[in-house]
Amino acid sequence: MKPAPFVYHAPKTVEETVAILAEVAPEDGRVLAGGQSLVPTMAFRLARPAHLVDINQVAGLNRLAVDGDALSIGACVRHAAFHRPVAPAPLGDLLAFVVRHIAHYPIRTRGTFCGSLAHADPASEWCVVATTLGGEIKARSARGTRSIAAADLFQGLMSTALEDDELLEEARLPVLPPDTRWGFYEFSRRAGDYALAMALATFRLADGVMVEPRLGLGGVEASPRRISEAEALLTGKPPEIGIFRKAAEAAADAVDPLEDIQASGEYRRDLVRAVARRALERATA
Amino acid sequence: MTEKAEVTLLINGRRHVVRVEPRRTLADAIRDDCRLTGTHIGCEHGVCGACTVLIAGEPVRSCLMFAIQADGRDIRTVEGLADGGDLHPLQRAFMEHHGLQCGFCTPGFLMLAAGVLERDPNISDADLIEVLSSNLCRCTGYQNIIKAVRAAAAEMRAK
Amino acid sequence: MNRRLRRDAWVGRSIRRLEDPALVTGQGRFTGDLTAAHFVRFVRSPVATGRIERITAPQGATLITAADLNGVKPIRPMLHKFGYMPVEQPILAFEVVRFVGEPIAVVIAASEEEAEDLAESVEVEIAETTPVIRAEDALAKTAPLVHASVPGNILIEARYSTPDFAARRNAAHRLVSIEVRSHRQNATPLEARGGHAAYDPGSRRIVFTCATQTPHLTRTAIADLIGMPEAELRVIAPDVGGAFGQKMSLSPEYVVLVWLARRLRTSVAWREDRRENLIASFHGRDQAIRLEGGFEQSGKLVALSADISANIGAYSCFPTTGAVEPLMGLAELPGPYDIRAYSCLARGVLTHTCPIAPYRGVTRPVITLALERLMDRAAALLGLDPIEIRRRNLIDRFPYISATGLEFDAASYREAMEIAAAALDAAAFRARQRQARSQGRFLGVGFATFSERTGYGTPAFAARGMEITPGWEKVELAMDPSGFVEARIGASPHGQGLRTTLAQIIADELAIEPDRIAVVHGDTDRTPYGFGTFASRSLVIAGGAALLAARKVRAKLIKLASHLLEAAPEDIVLEAGNAKVAGTDRLIPIATVARAAYHQAHRFGHEIEPGILEAATYDPPGTFSNACHAAIVEVDIETGRVTIEKFLVAEDAGRLINPMIVDGQIHGGVAQGIGNALLEEIIYDETGNILTTTLADYLPPTLREIPPIEIRHLETLSENTVTGAKGLGEGGAIGPPAAILNAINDALSPFGVSIDEIPATPRRIRAALRAAGATT
Repeated sequence: MKPAPFVYHAPKTVEETVAILAEVAPEDGRVLAGGQSLVPTMAFRLARPAHLVDINQVAGLNRLAVDGDALSIGACVRHAAFHRPVAPAPLGDLLAFVVRHIAHYPIRTRGTFCGSLAHADPASEWCVVATTLGGEIKARSARGTRSIAAADLFQGLMSTALEDDELLEEARLPVLPPDTRWGFYEFSRRAGDYALAMALATFRLADGVMVEPRLGLGGVEASPRRISEAEALLTGKPPEIGIFRKAAEAAADAVDPLEDIQASGEYRRDLVRAVARRALERATA
Repeated sequence: MTEKAEVTLLINGRRHVVRVEPRRTLADAIRDDCRLTGTHIGCEHGVCGACTVLIAGEPVRSCLMFAIQADGRDIRTVEGLADGGDLHPLQRAFMEHHGLQCGFCTPGFLMLAAGVLERDPNISDADLIEVLSSNLCRCTGYQNIIKAVRAAAAEMRAK
Repeated sequence: MNRRLRRDAWVGRSIRRLEDPALVTGQGRFTGDLTAAHFVRFVRSPVATGRIERITAPQGATLITAADLNGVKPIRPMLHKFGYMPVEQPILAFEVVRFVGEPIAVVIAASEEEAEDLAESVEVEIAETTPVIRAEDALAKTAPLVHASVPGNILIEARYSTPDFAARRNAAHRLVSIEVRSHRQNATPLEARGGHAAYDPGSRRIVFTCATQTPHLTRTAIADLIGMPEAELRVIAPDVGGAFGQKMSLSPEYVVLVWLARRLRTSVAWREDRRENLIASFHGRDQAIRLEGGFEQSGKLVALSADISANIGAYSCFPTTGAVEPLMGLAELPGPYDIRAYSCLARGVLTHTCPIAPYRGVTRPVITLALERLMDRAAALLGLDPIEIRRRNLIDRFPYISATGLEFDAASYREAMEIAAAALDAAAFRARQRQARSQGRFLGVGFATFSERTGYGTPAFAARGMEITPGWEKVELAMDPSGFVEARIGASPHGQGLRTTLAQIIADELAIEPDRIAVVHGDTDRTPYGFGTFASRSLVIAGGAALLAARKVRAKLIKLASHLLEAAPEDIVLEAGNAKVAGTDRLIPIATVARAAYHQAHRFGHEIEPGILEAATYDPPGTFSNACHAAIVEVDIETGRVTIEKFLVAEDAGRLINPMIVDGQIHGGVAQGIGNALLEEIIYDETGNILTTTLADYLPPTLREIPPIEIRHLETLSENTVTGAKGLGEGGAIGPPAAILNAINDALSPFGVSIDEIPATPRRIRAALRAAGATT
C-alpha cells in the first residue's frame, strides 16, 4: 500500500505556500500538515495528489493564543497541544476533555486541529466542536483572505467550502462565558476509533432554566450540525432528565443518519438518543 | 516514479544519507534504505503502531510520514534504545515479564513507552494505560505488556 | 506418567525466554526484512466471479499469468472420507476467477512502489457472472456452481449417527434448540504474509524465506507443484510475526515466488500488505450451527443432534482441505459432556469468497458456543442453575470414549468449573445483579466448559482421511565437543517460546543449563523433517521427541562417563553439569565427557559410536486439555455496548513446562476470543466485495477491550504424553465467545432476547432489544 507518486514542496512562508497552491491546485495539489488522515488515504490510493505542499516548516502557523474573545489556532497546531487547557475555563477544559477522544496519543503528536477541519471527516471531534461553538476559519489564498463560519464550512462527506488553492490558515473558537456548562459524549467501537455518534452540549443557567442551549451532533450525518429541534426543547427549561430525554428524542428524529457497515440508520438514531442525553447529563454534572 | 531527492536521516545518532522518492515513507526508508529493520510495518495506515519511532523524543507512526519530511530530524528507533551494552529498563522489563511472544509489535510498544516515560516518568497509571492502548498486539493479550511497562516505569521513576 | 519433578528442575519454572534478547533489541529477522533485486505485486480479481477475457500489461512490463505457469500444478489437497469432492486451485487464476482478491497475474519491479504502480496499470477484462456469497445461497437449487465439478457447491457432506439416536431423542423429556451464527474471521497476525525467493548460482538452488508455520511441508508442496526436486529448494521460516493458523496453509503466492526466482535466476520478494491480507489470505469460522438437545427433567442431555454449515470459500486449503472445519465440528461436538446418542450433518459449502483455513481453535469456538448456549437455554427452561446443569453432564470418569469414538484422557472438567464458579461467587454476583437492575444497569455472568484436543499425532490425522497425514515430530540432539547442545526440530514456533521450553525439558534430562542448549528450527537445510507448529501440538510432540532424544543422550553420556570414571553405568548420575559416581565426589564435567566422545574415541573400544548425536521421533495418540471460562459483563442497553468487567480462566493443560509462557498463550487466546465474540467480522456485500479492508473496519481488540484476565491452573498429568504436558495454544480462544454470550444473555434475561450470533456487536444487540420491544 504505497502512495502514488507526487511532487513535494516545502515552503517556508505563507506567501510561498499560497503561491504554490495557486499553481498546483488545478493538478490536485494538497496541503500536508499532520498527515494522519491524508497519508492513509494516499496509502490506499483513494487520494492521489500530484503535489503535496508540506506546511510543517512554514513560519507563523504554530500560533495558539487567546485574542480577546476568541482562541486562535494556527494551521500547524497539533492535537497534543490541547492536552493541557489552552484557554480559560470552560473552553480550555472542554478542549482538553474532547482531545482525549481523538485517535491515539501518537496520532495526536502529529495531527492538527486545522487539518481535521479541512479534512471534514464526519466523525471528527474538532468539526463538531467548531460547529457547535460557532467557530470560524480563515482561508488564505493568493487571491486574499476570507472568513468562513464553521456552520458554513462543512458541505458534506469529506467536503468543505474551501477552494482548491486555499489554505485553512487559522481557526478561531469563541471563548465561552465562564458560567457555560458543557458536556461531550462519544460512542465508538474501540478506544480511539472514529465515533459512530457524538454530541456536544452547552448551555448556561439563569433562574434555574437553560439559556442559549447548543446541541451539536457529529459522526451521525455527512457533516456535523446543531440540532435546532432539540435546542428548542431545552430553551427555558430546567436541566432535568425528562427534558433531556425529549430533546434527545427530537434529535434522533431530526437527523438523516449515515448508513455504513458499522451502523444502520436505525441504530444511529439509537445512538443519537444515547449520546445526546448523556452529553446533556454531563453538562449538569 | 518521481525524481529522487537526497535526504539525511539522523537515526540513533548516526547520519544516513539516502536517495528516495518523496513518496517513500519514513518507515520504508528506515528499513530498506538505512537497513534498520527493527522498526516493523503492520498496516501502513496508521492503526497498529508497529512502526512507531521517536522523533525529537515524541512517538510518531513512521508509516504516516514521508522520509523527506524527516530530513535532518533526530530519530530514534529500537536499535538505539539500549545505551551501548546496557539494555533500556523497558527492554529488560519486557523480557522479565514475558511482554512479547512473536516480537513483531514489540519495537513499536518499546518506542511508544520509551517516548512517554522518558518525557515524564511520573505519568499517571491511567494515562500510561491510555497511551499503551494506541498499539495493537495479537499474541500477548496485552496483560504482560502492561505489567512490563509498569515495572519499567517504576524503575525509571526511582532513578 | 510417573515423573516427579526434582526440586531444582527447570521444567515448571518461569525462566526468561531465550528468544527475547534479539527481539527486544530489534535484531529479529522477519521475512520482510530481506531486500531483493525485484519486488513483486499481485494483480488481483476485482470481482467475485467471471471469465477472464483479457489481461493487458503496460508497455515493457514483465507480466506473468497462468499461461506462463504452464506445467505448474494446481493446489489440490485430498481427503479420503465422506465423499469429499476435490477441487483445484490454480496458482494464478486460470480462465475464471472465483473470489475478489484472487491472484490473476504478477508484475515485477525494482521497488514496491513501482510494482504497485505497474500492477495498477494492468488492465483486466472479466465477463462477470453471478456469484454466491452466503452458504445458504450456494445451497439453493439454482445456485451457480463455484466449481463445475462439485454439484450443489457441497465440498463435503458428512453424516454421523449413533445407532439408537431417534429412539433416545424421542424418549427425552424436553427438546431444546439453539441456532448460532459465527461470522467470518481473519486471524490478523501483525506480520502479514510474505516471501523472499533467491536463486543461488553456486548451488543452483532456490532459497525461499517465508512467513510460514510449516517449512518442510511447504518445501515438499512447492517442489511438487513446480516439478522440481525438493533437494533444489531450501525453505526457511525465520522469525514469524504471529500466524494463528493463517500461515499453515499453502498460499499460491508462495509458489509463484519460487517459480519466478527459478525462472529469472534472481531474487524476488513479496511483502503482503494489510489490505491484501484482509481480503485474500485465509479466513475462518463462517458457520451456522443448529443444535437440538433431548434433555431429561434432571437436566441430563441424552440425545444431541447437530446441523453444521460451514462456508469454506472458493477453494480448499492445503493440506487440511476446506473440510477441516465441518468435520472437526462433527467429530468433537458432543464436547465435554456425556452424551451417548448423537446425530450430525456437517457440510462444507463452496462460495465465491476467500478460502477458509484453520484459525486458532478452528471450529471449536463455534461448537462450544452452540453447546454452551444450549446448556444455558435448557437450564433456564428446566429451572436449573447453569452450573448445576453442567455438573450433571460433564464427563468425570476416564478414559472416556465419546459418541464419535474419541478417547478423552484424564482431565478436570468438573473441578475447573467448580473453581471458576467459586471464584466468581455466584450468590454475591446475583445480589449485585439485582441491585444494578434496580438502577437500570444490566450485568450478567456466563460460563463455558470445553475440551481442547491437542498434541495428536498421525493416528488422529489418519482418521481424518487427509492425503498428507501429519502428526509425528523428530528431534535431533547433537552435543558438540564443548558440551553445548543443538536441538534441531521440525516444528516451527512463531512466538510460543519453544526454544525456551524445549531447552528446559532437555536441561533437566542432561543436567546442564538451558542456555547451553540451542533449539534450531525453521530451516529445512538444518532440521529434520517435521510438520510444523499448529493444532496445539509442538510442546507435546516436539517436546516429547526432545525428551526421548535427551534420554538417549543421557544414556550415552552415562555410558561414556562410566568408562572414564571406571564405574558401572548404574552408579553414574548426571548432576549440575557433571557426571558423578553416586555417593562419592568422583566426578567429571559433562563437557569433558563430550570432548572425549569426539577426540578420544579409542578409549571406548567399539562399543560406543564416536561423537554424541541422537534422534527420536514421537507420535502420540493425542490428549485433551480442558478449561472453564467465565465472564462478567455489563450491557449498555441503550447503545448495545458490552463491557467485560472480568474474565476468568480455570484451565488444565497437564504439566506446565514454563508457567509464564503458559499464561501468555492463554492471555493471547482469550484476547482473540474476545475479538471473536464482540468485535471482529469480515463483511462481504451481496456482489462479493469485501467491505472490511482496513484495520478501522476489521476490529482486532486494543488493550482497552481486554479486561484483566485471571487464570487458575490445574495440572492433571497426561498419561498420553511422555512429558505429562498437554497442549494449550488454542484453548484461550475457544471459550470466550460462549462465556461472553452466555453472560450477555444472562444480563438481558429481563428482555426475553437470545443473542446467538458472534460477534455480538452493539448494533445486533440493539436490534434484538428493539425487536423485543424493549424501551430504554
